[in-house]
Amino acid sequence: MASSAEMTQEENNWGGGSRPLGSRYGKLMMWFFLLSDALTFSGFLTAYGLMRFKFESTWPIAENVFTHFPGLEGDQPLLYVALMTFILIMSSVTMVLAVNAGEKMNRKAVTNWMLWTIVGGFIFVGSQAWEWYHFIIGDSGAVETARQEILHIYNEEGERLSFSQVIHGMEEGHASNHGEMFTKAEVLSAMKSNEGMYLMEPGKAGEAFTHERSVALLEAGDVVQGANMIHNEYGQKQFANFFFFITGFHGFHVFSGVVINFIIFYNVLLGTYERRGHYRMVEKVGLYWHFVDLVWVFVFTFFYLV
Amino acid sequence: MSDHNGTWWIWKVFWILLVITGVEVALGIVKPEFMLTQVIGTSILNILFIVLTLVKAAYIVQIFMHVKFEKKGLKYALYLPTLILIPYLTFILLTEGSYLFQ
Repeated sequence: MASSAEMTQEENNWGGGSRPLGSRYGKLMMWFFLLSDALTFSGFLTAYGLMRFKFESTWPIAENVFTHFPGLEGDQPLLYVALMTFILIMSSVTMVLAVNAGEKMNRKAVTNWMLWTIVGGFIFVGSQAWEWYHFIIGDSGAVETARQEILHIYNEEGERLSFSQVIHGMEEGHASNHGEMFTKAEVLSAMKSNEGMYLMEPGKAGEAFTHERSVALLEAGDVVQGANMIHNEYGQKQFANFFFFITGFHGFHVFSGVVINFIIFYNVLLGTYERRGHYRMVEKVGLYWHFVDLVWVFVFTFFYLV
Repeated sequence: MSDHNGTWWIWKVFWILLVITGVEVALGIVKPEFMLTQVIGTSILNILFIVLTLVKAAYIVQIFMHVKFEKKGLKYALYLPTLILIPYLTFILLTEGSYLFQ
């Protein structure tokens, strides 16, 4: 950091050249942008919290929604998102290392660490795409009543059933539908022929319905598989909207961060900052990149853990 | 950052963040029974998650974003708006939004 002007006499304060924040224009502007962005994200997450409290009985429990891990079968709650968090923290670390090397005017090290940061960012965006894909394609399927409430199918042992298990039976069917589509008529006839099956609300302490009532609800309603902005099989439809919006907005930040990092990386390769005599641009994009990590820390807690 | 030698302090923060995330994930998977007791509207576990998140956020902002080593004026310029406005926003939305539950 440049040393601040030394003020010995009060009149010097009015002579200009004083730097009370000890920071340069570009870095301050980046900070003020990040401040406003932090308020934007806190608004989104607070709104999410409010809606979640309001629809607690039908709000999906995240660990029942995000259960996939590449190459593993069955329920793996939190594992994949933990990996994504690790990747983002790691790329934040390589970014600090790049900034640190920049202050020592070590061009080779800056190049190296910036490259790793970009790679980490790409992997994170790719992981998010994978998560969205599985969220959109769906897992077990659900019944949507005429009043647009989402209900899940259970058997007499209290196990959650996928459409695949409802129709093909527990032995033949899979715990996930694996993209196989089912019609309302198929699910309805399977439910009618099995007295033990009933419907239950997806949230914490959700209400369960009797078999007769469940059949009547399905008759008046429809089946849903997967998620989009209008329907989703996981529960309250606003859950999907918030998921797409908040993780999408964060993902957009990550993506633009990767683009900006790449531009800076390219300038490092060209030797722009070597000629300029300082690597302050690396520090500024570094702030943005850490902010993206910071937001993810909160999204991770409020979407996946709490 | 001239007051730092080497890169050990970066890796120290990395390990802290990693361990906290590991603890969060482990607690999220296991969900120990005794931590599900309800206090002030949510479980002890959720409060612990939020506290751990704030610890992680503090490390990222203080060390990675270097605020700990900035001048006092800049620290106040950054901390005061966030620490006043975000709790205020949360408070006002949740209290004014309470009519949704009536």
